[in-house]
Amino acid sequence: MAAPAAATKEPVVSPVRSGPDYFLGLTVAACIATIFVLGWIFWEIFQEAFPALKELGAGFLTGANWQPNRDRYGVLPFLVGTVATSLIALLIALPPGLAIAIFLSEDFLPLPARQLVRFVVELLAAIPSVVYGLWGIFVVIPLIQQLGAWCAERFPDVPPLAGPAYGNSLLTASVVLALMILPTITAISRSSLVAVPRTLREGSYALGATRWEAIFGVILPTAAPGIVAATILALGRAMGETMAVAMLIGNSPRLSWSIFAPSGTLASLLANQFGEAEGMQVSALMYAALVLVALTLAVNFAGEAVLRYTEKKTAGIR
Amino acid sequence: MPRPMRIITFLVAAALTAGGSARAQQLSGAGATFPAPLYQRWSVEYNKQVPSIKVNYQSVGSGAGVKNFLQGVVDFGASDAAMTDAEIAKAPRGAVLIPATAGSVVLAYNLPDIKNLRLSRAALVGIFLGKITKWNDPALVACNPGTPLPPTPINVAFRSDGSGTTFVFTQHLAAISPEFDEQVGADKSVVFPVGIGGKGNEGVTALVKQAPGTIGYVEFGYAEQNGLSCAAVENKSGQFVAPTPESGAAALASVELPENLRAWPVDPAAPEAYPITTFTWLLLCKKYDDAAKLKALKDFVTYGLTEGQSFATQLGYIPLPESVVAKANAALGKVE
Repeated sequence: MAAPAAATKEPVVSPVRSGPDYFLGLTVAACIATIFVLGWIFWEIFQEAFPALKELGAGFLTGANWQPNRDRYGVLPFLVGTVATSLIALLIALPPGLAIAIFLSEDFLPLPARQLVRFVVELLAAIPSVVYGLWGIFVVIPLIQQLGAWCAERFPDVPPLAGPAYGNSLLTASVVLALMILPTITAISRSSLVAVPRTLREGSYALGATRWEAIFGVILPTAAPGIVAATILALGRAMGETMAVAMLIGNSPRLSWSIFAPSGTLASLLANQFGEAEGMQVSALMYAALVLVALTLAVNFAGEAVLRYTEKKTAGIR
Repeated sequence: MPRPMRIITFLVAAALTAGGSARAQQLSGAGATFPAPLYQRWSVEYNKQVPSIKVNYQSVGSGAGVKNFLQGVVDFGASDAAMTDAEIAKAPRGAVLIPATAGSVVLAYNLPDIKNLRLSRAALVGIFLGKITKWNDPALVACNPGTPLPPTPINVAFRSDGSGTTFVFTQHLAAISPEFDEQVGADKSVVFPVGIGGKGNEGVTALVKQAPGTIGYVEFGYAEQNGLSCAAVENKSGQFVAPTPESGAAALASVELPENLRAWPVDPAAPEAYPITTFTWLLLCKKYDDAAKLKALKDFVTYGLTEGQSFATQLGYIPLPESVVAKANAALGKVE
């Protein structure tokens, strides 16, 4: 609302342009190039994956055996690992991430202090993933191992918690992933919370709402589309994360019910095996890459649908 | 500086640089990560002796090394798994395999109080097939008389990435156990029925170091540098042999290299031989078009086969036996 007002005040230098609009040309070219490169990547992956696609078909997705030396390729354990790690990571990261965002967008603390906290949280996003991996090896693994042993002793009959407990496990990777996606959730949720119009906050206070009633009844629902977008982006990041996961998850191609058992993800499978792969294995890995791309795409589409739905639902408030 | 002087200085400098760049020879290689520290050491040391030759070796992995070599994007390749006949047939300018150094794959374990673990063949296969799950299993007690083995579970650590180390290790296990051969098989990446995977030698080393009760296979050099305990392994003649440069050399001496210089001491019979040992190869073309490059490459490889061998022990590799060096030199002579 402020921007158009400022624009009209600007002095008009020349109302008529002369010559072609180079800037427009540049932006159009950049836009087309992006689409072209994306298409090219797709085409390349598809072409490389084609022999495996033809040979293995849908059995690739449901097979639980990944034995390159026997030419048996089933990607199910990695598919399950990818979905499980990113969902658990999201489950761990969403509540605190959202809480931090609310805390930073309200005036609980003076502005300089909030800026500092915000800066620190966003700094988490700047840490290279290999550093997260190392930190996970030295800090998270010993903790998870103890937790796993404790759980295995108390809940031997609950499959997800039963032993044997390993340090390099699905849960270890999820915990570190949670930390990695926290800044994404916080930063985007915070900016959408800040963008809630002042009039709405003041209106709800004027009607006698307490601060918490205002937050949960008015501010959060209004910012819901932004929070959904933050969640989707975070989920996408968790699914694609490679290095830290490969260092922590134990890289096992066996299916297991336990969150304390070693597992694998599509991205870590690619990182591990691509260098030395040959023949059909290359093709199968490309097929796995295709599955990962499709999965990420599906998440984005689902996110888009949820986003539209929440926008429609909350349109009345805005 | 007066003007004519300046021009002369410039010309002299230009002539010197031009002369230098004309003589400088760049060689590029890519392949196995296992011998990379040694090749890189050769490159540095050789460059000190012959400054005009620069060798750039990238450790991208054996498989990628063979791929790059076949595509002709590097002057030489390197591989722990040599090259298969099918691959050699695909090489546009032919391929010559030159054994360049050798190494052992050791079983590193983390049992704080036990320094001299011994593994019989049955115990070794049993652990990696997931049949032996406790350190005080009868099979382990039988080959470690008098050693107080703990009743704790065995954690197995393996290489999650495709690697020549896995190839050599599984090749040995498949050779000594038909059951392992059938269930797992030998290759650069296989699926063990138990354990957790670490990426690279450093990944497995970290797994072993971190959790007591873990056992994993790594290259000898890595285990030594990181101070890991290594098990003595039972060989074909029933002796328990610890991995040392000498026991590795004994294993190498037991193989007779064929015409193409490709052979593995899969299960050496000599009583003093460490059973899991391998050569690693440089891959050269049969013909090089550029005479200057050919000479530089031959000089460098000759250096590696002679003087370069002295760095092997220091870096955790096994120097090649005399007979192998002679054969390698003869093969090098055929490159033109």
